Amino acid sequence: MEPHPVWRFLATLDRRWLFGLTIFVVGIPLMTGIVLTQKPSPMVIDVFNAIDDLPEGSSVLLPLDFDPSAEGELQPMAEAFTRHCAEKKHKLYYLTIWPQGVGMIQRQISILSKEYPDYKNGVDYVNLGYRPGYEVVINTIVNDFPGLYDADQNGNPVSTIPMMKGIKNIRGFPLIVNVSAGDPGLKQWIQYAATPFDTIEIVGGTTGVQASTLYPYIPRQMIGMLAGIKPAAEYEELLFNKYPEIAEKPKTNTASVFMTAQEAAHFMLIGIIILGNLVMWQTDRKGASE
Amino acid sequence: MLKKTIPILIASFVGFFLILSKFSPGLEEWDSKVSTWFDIVAAFAMVLGATSLLSSHFKKISNKKPGWAYSLITIVAFGGTLIVGLGKIGVPPSFPGYPWSGDYMTEGGAFWWVFNYVYVPLAATMFATLAFYISSAAFRAFRAKNVEASLLLITAVVVLLAQTSSGPMLTEGLPDEYAHFKLENIKGTLINLFNTLGTRAIMIGIALGVVSTSLKVLLGVDRSYLGAD
Repeated sequence: MEPHPVWRFLATLDRRWLFGLTIFVVGIPLMTGIVLTQKPSPMVIDVFNAIDDLPEGSSVLLPLDFDPSAEGELQPMAEAFTRHCAEKKHKLYYLTIWPQGVGMIQRQISILSKEYPDYKNGVDYVNLGYRPGYEVVINTIVNDFPGLYDADQNGNPVSTIPMMKGIKNIRGFPLIVNVSAGDPGLKQWIQYAATPFDTIEIVGGTTGVQASTLYPYIPRQMIGMLAGIKPAAEYEELLFNKYPEIAEKPKTNTASVFMTAQEAAHFMLIGIIILGNLVMWQTDRKGASE
Repeated sequence: MLKKTIPILIASFVGFFLILSKFSPGLEEWDSKVSTWFDIVAAFAMVLGATSLLSSHFKKISNKKPGWAYSLITIVAFGGTLIVGLGKIGVPPSFPGYPWSGDYMTEGGAFWWVFNYVYVPLAATMFATLAFYISSAAFRAFRAKNVEASLLLITAVVVLLAQTSSGPMLTEGLPDEYAHFKLENIKGTLINLFNTLGTRAIMIGIALGVVSTSLKVLLGVDRSYLGAD
């Protein structure tokens, strides 16, 4: 028996129809800015508490090891971490071991200067920029921080930066908050910087595809991580609940908006997978029975 | 002798010395010193990389190989970015009287503009195109043709559903004695048990491989890093 014409049409469906459907499904939530409520998972709560439970004014190292290709997933996390730390008045030390990371740090500096005008460069935050050497950079600053970072991104010697006084090595930071899109990144910060010292905790943010390689480090070597845009949206939810003034600022819920688009895309993919299998069963079975 | 033996001796000495320094608190400073040397040498690798990039693309252009126009675009983009970055065009000085004292990435500068309005959209676009290929592949390739493919398919659907805010609502009404079958718990088991077990096994395998390869290099058994004679 011949398959129904609808199944034959679907079996030879031009992929441009699927491309069009993807644009529609992802585009509508992004353009309308619809936000769905997220229930924070225990791991996201752990990450949130790691920053929130630190005494006010603690030194937090924020290595941002990602580039614009991972911006969609990681930029909202980096922004949420920056705002959270600023609300807690922590001292922020930005650096990167990825050359393109300098631009991503610049975006955090813009947030601080626009939303937290009281935050002063060199006193409350410092941009230490990029150093070549990948994971060896981490290995170096474990023992000798100013030996490698002798000046900030603007060329100011670290000896003239008030918040750099007393920072001799990695042990000057009770918490590392790394946002990473691959190697070298979160894995190396766990292995070289956090694991050897009992006094240093680490949390992270990473892309969904990289997350599977990092779960083995939780919870003994890393408190937790935000793996993809859903945990980032959950983190925003926690942030808005505790600090409602952040929610009132413009464009502070990017992860939540992106999550709605991702949610729509997930349902679309499930539908496409089911449809693809129905097409296979209808056309193959009927073709075989002839 | 000069080409092989001395480099092997240097590599062996430095390698074993650095391993020793990890276990000897007195040698910690040397570990840090050598790491700093490496960071300086790594900076030169960028010059080498740029030289190699330029020479290969110049060759393509001079030989008029197919696609040489793309090489031309690469060189123009490389040169343009380098000039605006090194020249700190449009960057206000950090200290009066020192025109080049500003950070090349300062907001409003030419390099900042190139990064934010050329590089960021291009890189994000390249990554975003994956969504289209995923939807096409989900329709054509994700099919339950045998047991293994069916298991993969079910796992993918469960994780996709659990990674939404509304998906877990489907199993929210399950009584506590069946809590294991709640969508978020199934996802948790998949990630924390199966995925973590597999990843750990791979990581241990890789670590053993790294140790064995490193020992071969340090003992001079593997000399491939010195290149061909």
